[in-house]
Parts: sequence; C-alpha cells; structure tokens
Amino acid sequence: MKIVKHKILVLSGKGGVGKSTFSAHLAHGLAKDETKQIALLDIDICGPSIPKIMGIEGEQVHQSGSGWSPVYVEENLCVMSVGFLLSGPDDAVIWRGPKKNGMIKQFLRDVDWGEIDYLIVDTPPGTSDEHLSIVQYLSSSHIDGAVIITTPQEISLQDVRKEINFCHKVKLPIIGVVENMSGFVCPKCKIESQIFPPTTGGAEKMCQNLNISLLGKVPLDPQIGKLGQFFFSEIPESPATSSYRNIIQRIQEYCGLHHSQEKLSNQGME
Amino acid sequence: KGGVGKSTVSTELALALRHAGKKVGILDVDLCGPSIPQMLKVQGKGVHQCDSGWVPVFVDQDKSISLMSIGFLLEKPDDAVVWRGPKKNALIKQFISDVTWGDLDFLIVDTPPGTTDEHISTVESLRPYKPLGAVLVTTPQAVSIGDVRRELTFCKKTGLRVIGIVENMSGFVCPHCLECTNLFSKGGGEELARHAGVPFLGCVPLDPQLTQSLEEGRDFIQEFPKSSAFPALAHIAQQILDRTS
Repeated sequence: MKIVKHKILVLSGKGGVGKSTFSAHLAHGLAKDETKQIALLDIDICGPSIPKIMGIEGEQVHQSGSGWSPVYVEENLCVMSVGFLLSGPDDAVIWRGPKKNGMIKQFLRDVDWGEIDYLIVDTPPGTSDEHLSIVQYLSSSHIDGAVIITTPQEISLQDVRKEINFCHKVKLPIIGVVENMSGFVCPKCKIESQIFPPTTGGAEKMCQNLNISLLGKVPLDPQIGKLGQFFFSEIPESPATSSYRNIIQRIQEYCGLHHSQEKLSNQGME
Repeated sequence: KGGVGKSTVSTELALALRHAGKKVGILDVDLCGPSIPQMLKVQGKGVHQCDSGWVPVFVDQDKSISLMSIGFLLEKPDDAVVWRGPKKNALIKQFISDVTWGDLDFLIVDTPPGTTDEHISTVESLRPYKPLGAVLVTTPQAVSIGDVRRELTFCKKTGLRVIGIVENMSGFVCPHCLECTNLFSKGGGEELARHAGVPFLGCVPLDPQLTQSLEEGRDFIQEFPKSSAFPALAHIAQQILDRTS
C-alpha cells in the first residue's frame, strides 16, 4: 500500500444512503483524469454492490505470480470486490468477523493493484469488524480521510453521528459529509418534494453543530440508480451531475492540500 | 440490504399487531445503528434489572408493546458501539435469554443488514423457540434484490422459514400533482418472490408522512389511516396473523 498516494474511505453509520453509488461515481469522476490511476476496493463482504453498480457483475478475478488481478473498468480504473469471488447471484457470504477481517487483509496484501493515485474503499454500514480492520490495516500508511454519506432525515443522522464518533475514536480525519437523496423534483409538475424530510435540519445543521465540512447535497434522481450508468457522461443534464462534480472537486482539493502538507512535514523531518 | 426499511416495517408491523389486540415484543439487534427506540418515542429510557433478568421498556400505558435495544444501554445517544463480532454475539445471546419478556403473542426481531455475526447468533439463539420465520424487506431496484437473494440463501442454509418478501419504497406519489414516479424502480421484490418460490407480502409505497411519523415516534396507523402506505402495511400484518391461526 506504499505505492498508493491517496486513500479515501467512504463511510456511513446508516445503510442504504448511497455509499456504493457514491464510491462508484467518485471513482469514475476521478478517473476522468487519464493521468491518474484509480482503484476501488469494496469491503462490504455480505452485500457487495460495487460490481453490480459498475456493470461488471460476473467478471472473474485471476491469479498470477504478482497476485490477484483486479477487474479493470477502464484503463485507469480497477475494482476489487468479494462479489467477483462468488459462484452466482444467490451465493451468500455467511461469515463471522475474523473471517471477514482475513478477506480484507488479503484484498490489501494480495491484490496486484500497481501504482495507485487514489484508492477508494467502499464500506458496509456500521462501526464494526470491517471498519476497525480497514483503519488498522491502512494505519501504517497515511489515510487522507473519510467521506461520510447520509440522507437528510434524523433516523440517518442518528447513525451518522455515531460514525463520526467512530472516526474521532480511531483518529481518522473526516474530509466531509455528503447529503444524498436531498430533495426530489417531480418530472411532471417540477415541484420539489422532500422524500426524506430533514426534520432536524438535515446534514447542514449536523455539520454546523459538529464543525465538519458539508461537501454538498445530491438530489434524488431515479436515473442514478440505473446500473452501469455514469451520469457525468451519459446524463449530463441530471440535477445531480453538478452536485457530484463540485463534491469530487472538493475532495480532490482536500487530498491535494494534504499531500503538500505531508510533503512539507516530511521535508521538515529530514 | 441496508436502508430498505427493516426497522420501519418492524415498527409498523408491531403497531398493526397491537391494533389487532396482540401483545408484542420488539428485539432490536442492530447494535451499531439501533433505530427502534426513536421510532417508538422511548429513546433515552433506562433498562432495569429484576430477579429474573432485564425488564424491557414498555412503549405504551397498556404495556402491549415492549422493546429491548442497545440504544437503552448507551450513555449518550451519539456513542458509537465499536465492537467486533464476539462481543456483539454475547450481547445478542443475553438479549434473547436474559430479558423478561413475559407472555407475548409476537416477538419481532429487527436486524441490521447482512449475513454475519448478528444474524448467525440470532438464529442460533432463537432456534430452541421455533421461530415462525423471516420477513425479508427489499426495495425494488436490482442492487437491493442482489443482496436479498443472498439473504434468502442465508435463510435456506440456517433452516429459517421465509414468511415472505415485502417490497418497500415502491413508488412515490407526488403530493402536488399525484404523478407516481418509481424512484427506485418497481417490481423487483415481486419477481424475486416468484423466482425463489416464497410468498410476496406486498408493495409499500414511499410516503414522507410515514418517515416523519416515525421520526417523531407517532402512531402512523392511528394518525394516517388514509395514507397510501396504510393498506399495504395492514395487509402484511393480516397475512402474518393468518399464518398463526
């Protein structure tokens, strides 16, 4: 993992807020710069959604002398997920913690990632084995930080606050929060509705209270859920596109800033 | 799959069964993200011990719904439970064996997403009590169906009967113009039930009133009987009652 310049964890305390969807689009957005090598690691062992979202379900992983080969979606974008190791769509991974931890270790150690500019790690919801392990295993090399995904309603924010606490506990920097499914514009009457009402002020209020950056809000667009589609290129007119673009830019800026800071502090140590 | 409405369906099912005159217990084994206390407006309550074990929290004056959740054991509501598997398993075992539920008509167990420690431990601990089965909640789109197929495999492998599948967030009716948009696609749940040979319990549409109701710990079934979600939820509860008679 020493040949990985930037590592970003995509977290949420809450399930179903769009972590995998966001991770896939973040990877795709970063890969638009053809000079950068992007890797997406899916450590949701029970519910590996990344292969489906990226339209590469059913792809195989091969072993060679240099390790497991990740699946290449584009020349500069590769993916690894337990999904590629399953024998079929009904195959379930019914493992307790220690076995899941072992798999995550293997993903980091035995996959032939090559030299990577950005490693994005998509996680399952919660604050358990997978989360402790990934932070532990990556701690020897620097993790840029976590992007935390939420939806506007309090029942999500409740879990997200716990995730933020988790980050503080394990000293994982937080790049910022993304509020997903933030409003829906009816295609017929064009009036906006709040599907998941922000009864306690949404992510904006929570970020203000906890002094964390709100990276942006992404509206609900039914087209986003369509598999294998990356709407920057295919649906540029979607209201979610500009939100995503801005969020990705802010993440890049954060990583760039920290890279310079780390370089400076390393120079200072010499 | 996460975020499909397991806790919502668990809560609404409990309320519907209570309205049918039943005594219901809810066991919330989502240790990292316990949502049920808030949905029933009992967050912040304490749990007491008696001679025979832990006393669950009663949600109403009639004591017809009782609840146990790790939410009641946290010092602060934002405290994260950062536990590995073995610790989670131990607490779940305690929740099942050491809580004095009393005489119940139904015990509903709300689980986190996945097929891991919590699920294995819950099924193992409940096995001696011969559970009626599992209700699987999904949303219509393929990413959700993909995970629920694996959950069906889990049920098969652990010998847990499947009562049926609920397709949640199935369509959103715009409150302004009444146009229905399938935000998360449609029909995936029904098709999965057919493919897997399990009963399809029904589609529940997306209703922001339901979300708001749960956040404020109100009784949705009592307050919004005219909501589009109500008949669907009532029908699901009825099918479960029919299974027991």
